Amino acid sequence: MIMASICSRVVFSRSLLLCPSAFLTRRNGALFCTMQSSGTQTVTKGEMSKTPMEALPRKQTKVHEGMLKDYEAVIGIETHVQLSTLTKAFCSCPYMYGSQPNSTICPVCMGLPGALPVLNSKVIEFAVKVGLALNCELSLNSKFDRKQYFYPDLPKGYQISQFDIPIARNGFVDLDLPIEFGGGHRRFGITRVHMEEDAGKLLHSENGTGSQERTFFYKLSPGLGSNMKCFAMVTEFAVASFQYFDSIVDFNRAGVPLLEIVSEPDIRSGLEAAEYAAEIQRLVRYLGVSNGNMQEGSLRCDVNVSVRPIGQLEFGTKVEIKNMNSFSAMHRAIDFEISRQAVLHNEGQVDEIVQETRLWDEGAQRTITMRTKEGLADYRYFPEPDLPEVSLTREYVDKISASLPELPEMKRRRYEKMGLSMQDVLFLANDVNVCNFFDAAVEKGADVKMAANWIMGDIAAYLKNERFCINEIKLTPEELAELISSIKNGIISGKIGKEILLELVAKGGTVKAIIEEKDLITDPVEIEKMVEEVIAENPKQLEQYREGKTRLQGFFAGQVMKASKGKANPVLLNKILLEKLNANS
Amino acid sequence: MLSAAAQNPRPLLQRGGRKFNLQKCRRSRHFYHSVQAVSSFYPQSETLSSPSSSSEILTIRKSLLSRERKAVEIAQNYLNRLRSTEPQIRSFLHISQNVMSEAEQIDRKIERNEELGPLAGVLIGVKDNICTVDMPSTGGSRILENYRPTFDATAVRKLRECGAIIVGKTNMDEFGMGSTTENSGFQVTANPWNAERVPGGSSGGSAAAVSARQCVASLGSDTGGSVRQPAAFCGVVGMKPTYGRVSRYGLMAYASSLDVIGCFGSSVADAAILLEAIAGHDRFDATSSKREVPEFTSQLEAAEFLDSKPLKGLRVGVISETLGDGVDSGIVSSIQAAASHLEELGCTVKEVNMPSFSLGLPAYYILASCESSSNLSRYDGIRYGNQIAAEELTSLYGACRANGFGSEVKMRILMGTYALSAGYYDAYYKRAQQVRTLVQKNLKATLTENDVLISPAAPSPAYRMGEKKNDPLAMYAGDIMTVNVNLAGIPALVVPCGFSEVGPSGLPIGLQIIGAAFDEAKLFKVGHIFERTLQRCRFVPPLVDKDV
Ligand SMILES: [Zn+2]
Repeated sequence: MIMASICSRVVFSRSLLLCPSAFLTRRNGALFCTMQSSGTQTVTKGEMSKTPMEALPRKQTKVHEGMLKDYEAVIGIETHVQLSTLTKAFCSCPYMYGSQPNSTICPVCMGLPGALPVLNSKVIEFAVKVGLALNCELSLNSKFDRKQYFYPDLPKGYQISQFDIPIARNGFVDLDLPIEFGGGHRRFGITRVHMEEDAGKLLHSENGTGSQERTFFYKLSPGLGSNMKCFAMVTEFAVASFQYFDSIVDFNRAGVPLLEIVSEPDIRSGLEAAEYAAEIQRLVRYLGVSNGNMQEGSLRCDVNVSVRPIGQLEFGTKVEIKNMNSFSAMHRAIDFEISRQAVLHNEGQVDEIVQETRLWDEGAQRTITMRTKEGLADYRYFPEPDLPEVSLTREYVDKISASLPELPEMKRRRYEKMGLSMQDVLFLANDVNVCNFFDAAVEKGADVKMAANWIMGDIAAYLKNERFCINEIKLTPEELAELISSIKNGIISGKIGKEILLELVAKGGTVKAIIEEKDLITDPVEIEKMVEEVIAENPKQLEQYREGKTRLQGFFAGQVMKASKGKANPVLLNKILLEKLNANS
Repeated sequence: MLSAAAQNPRPLLQRGGRKFNLQKCRRSRHFYHSVQAVSSFYPQSETLSSPSSSSEILTIRKSLLSRERKAVEIAQNYLNRLRSTEPQIRSFLHISQNVMSEAEQIDRKIERNEELGPLAGVLIGVKDNICTVDMPSTGGSRILENYRPTFDATAVRKLRECGAIIVGKTNMDEFGMGSTTENSGFQVTANPWNAERVPGGSSGGSAAAVSARQCVASLGSDTGGSVRQPAAFCGVVGMKPTYGRVSRYGLMAYASSLDVIGCFGSSVADAAILLEAIAGHDRFDATSSKREVPEFTSQLEAAEFLDSKPLKGLRVGVISETLGDGVDSGIVSSIQAAASHLEELGCTVKEVNMPSFSLGLPAYYILASCESSSNLSRYDGIRYGNQIAAEELTSLYGACRANGFGSEVKMRILMGTYALSAGYYDAYYKRAQQVRTLVQKNLKATLTENDVLISPAAPSPAYRMGEKKNDPLAMYAGDIMTVNVNLAGIPALVVPCGFSEVGPSGLPIGLQIIGAAFDEAKLFKVGHIFERTLQRCRFVPPLVDKDV
């Protein structure tokens, strides 16, 4: 229920933004190494300035730092991951974020009388992948259950989900905290992973009457297939007969497959929570089972936070936080909530911490009460009789297990062994596309550290400016390797290398062709001529050099380079220059 | 001739007087596709004057292929009878406007010598909880008044592909919840044998329509006996197939794990032809079986072929619990007579005990209520159906559902919601599932020792209207004969076997023949031979007898 209103908020604040890339830039300043990947990537520059990413959490934690050390936060996260299957979970409708409302619906996902769900086998495959990647035990025999409640965005009056036998459970995820926050390795337990279907979305009509009276209906788009025409007749009549309305239900998202990943309450801070969520995002992107995009709602986190005095065994009262649209918002929201609860503990007002759902208010940078629970909701789960039980064979699981790609944790450990710094490791392993690019360049013989530096430096800067993803640029890993070896072998200078890189990135081509095109001077005779000219023109400096001021070699090299308009091969130049300078001494 | 001479219903089987026409005729696997085969199969049949148990569908096919009659004549004949009887019977909620034009199309096909589907020109009634794209489908509920589906149910689509003409939508207890069709949100249907009696339910409209020859055959749905009990009450054949044999796609769900679409016909052969047409795997129903559908009809032998012991060696178990206390004596004696009849046909008949028999009824009502409380959640007035204006969301739901649902439906939603609630699940739903497993095992074991089991289809003949209306427990108890079959998911066939008393006030009695899962063919064979050798019983209600 709560989800719906949040989503409509999301829709209105973000619906006009495009989400072109999965990879953002390098650290912007200080915070949230991993948060950039989805936290800010779709936000335009204008908006970026409106929502200050830094400062606040630090300032806030500073305020309560002294008091906070007496308390411990216990955090558990429920993450909903939208699976990027071609069709919905139980029907053959496609799902595309941003489609016209109610344009991808059918009798099944609309819950029309007589329609029945049929499971899309890709959902199982993706769930098994995620279960294995999270080191879970898989249930070879699981089933679907109905979770029952009424809401206009829930067409059948129940959600097909999994209750007592989730497809995967008892796993864990490993991650490394960013260096800026002191680094460190963490392992968080995964309680369960289960499959379920998404609900529709409520769109609050802007030309509503403002009346408290609400009538819910859905609006049909004109492009509907012929089998929906009769349906349209019925509902157009209905629409016409309503006087008051301020909500429209969009069922495009209804029936889209989700995985709900529930963590153990192992998380202790906003940072850890944000990093946990970022790791889940990396994982599903590595696996190719979801785009993991928070703005589109493909990755949604509900966070449970409680605080207890250090040393106390039982948990404090749990508060649920929703409406966090980025990892950085998660970090800030949780830290705010921890402080809020700790202050109440500290001031002896523990009773004021009540079991409730709070919303993160991005504008005010605080959590606010959304609703207090009047006891537990009774969803009356029972086994879904329309779907057969889900049975997996060992062979099926083994086959999927064998096909899993290298996962973020394995990547990080491998990069570490390759000699990269943790900072580099975290940057590269953050994005599976960047990893693939880096790995390919190294495979083509590129120097590991240089490849990392180029990717994290100039390439990342370019990607940031152009808002591209690394596999959208024209530069191939082969050419990056070529560029690096050209610099290493002294064929070109680092400065020229940078120029060539920018050209390759924007226009493509090969390093060799660009060197030729740039008319670079690699002929020793020609360079020798220029060296001799420069020495002849600067007899005073020559004298000083020969008197022992050998650092003047740099001056001569600069002059020769200047004379060649920067096109002389620096290695040759220095070699010849040294020979000439030292010739008569 | 078998029983063509009998003009009045007779209460008892006449034993030993069977005569078999030994005239040789050709057997054909696809007998109903060939005129020659049809004519040799029923050499005596004259359109509409044949015995009540001969195949009306084959007769129609024969007369169309031989160009004896036109499809429009046949359709007109049925429509006329429908119009004349409907004011008394009220079995239809909606009658198709396209019957005559569809019949004309079939005539044109015949003129052009095009191939005819096996159900060409056959008028079929469809229970109103089965979706039809060209007619409203309300499930007998006001909450779906005027609702028109966007798709045909798979069973309906298959019927149309076979050339059938869907004549209309038949009345029923709201969403299948009831045993008398009195719980319809729209009208009460009368039993064609006696207008003061109910036709049974919940597929009462479908049974009454076939009984009154308003249509040739019909589709119903059976969750706890909703095909078999009205078949018995109306003196027609009713087939409840194995769960999963027929796609449920397009059947408005009542209790998904029990629901199955079934068939009504005036003969076993017609029910078999209909089931053959609608059965089979459907990719839109994950619970539909991939098992191959046998050619049921080709396995039915012409009565003329029968030797004196056509069912020799068939092991028949009479479920003793179904003939005990609470069962009308007329029913008991009819079933005993049917058992003797089967014995004379060569069967070895013995009594069998089913200790779990009485446990099935409460388990059924818990499971069916639980599933229905969930299945009916979609009727919220948001996307379709009538919406009541309301101040806020909760009252919108409340108003829509309070106005739209009838009292029986509300009661079952409440019962199901209660039984699934936290703290009650184990005591009700889980326990009922355990009983269900027990019943399944029990029936399966009994069916390995016996080829078929027999019992009454209902403990009494058709109830008087209103008789059980204020006594839901008595109403539920009436389902005791049928619910175990649904819990086990196995098939059962109901064949009229006699009457409750001699004379015009006699009401039909149905024999239930239960088989192992996917063994419908055996049921049809037994039912067909039973029906063809049943003497002096003519199951055409007096209301239309002069006409038929
Ligand atoms: Zn759909």
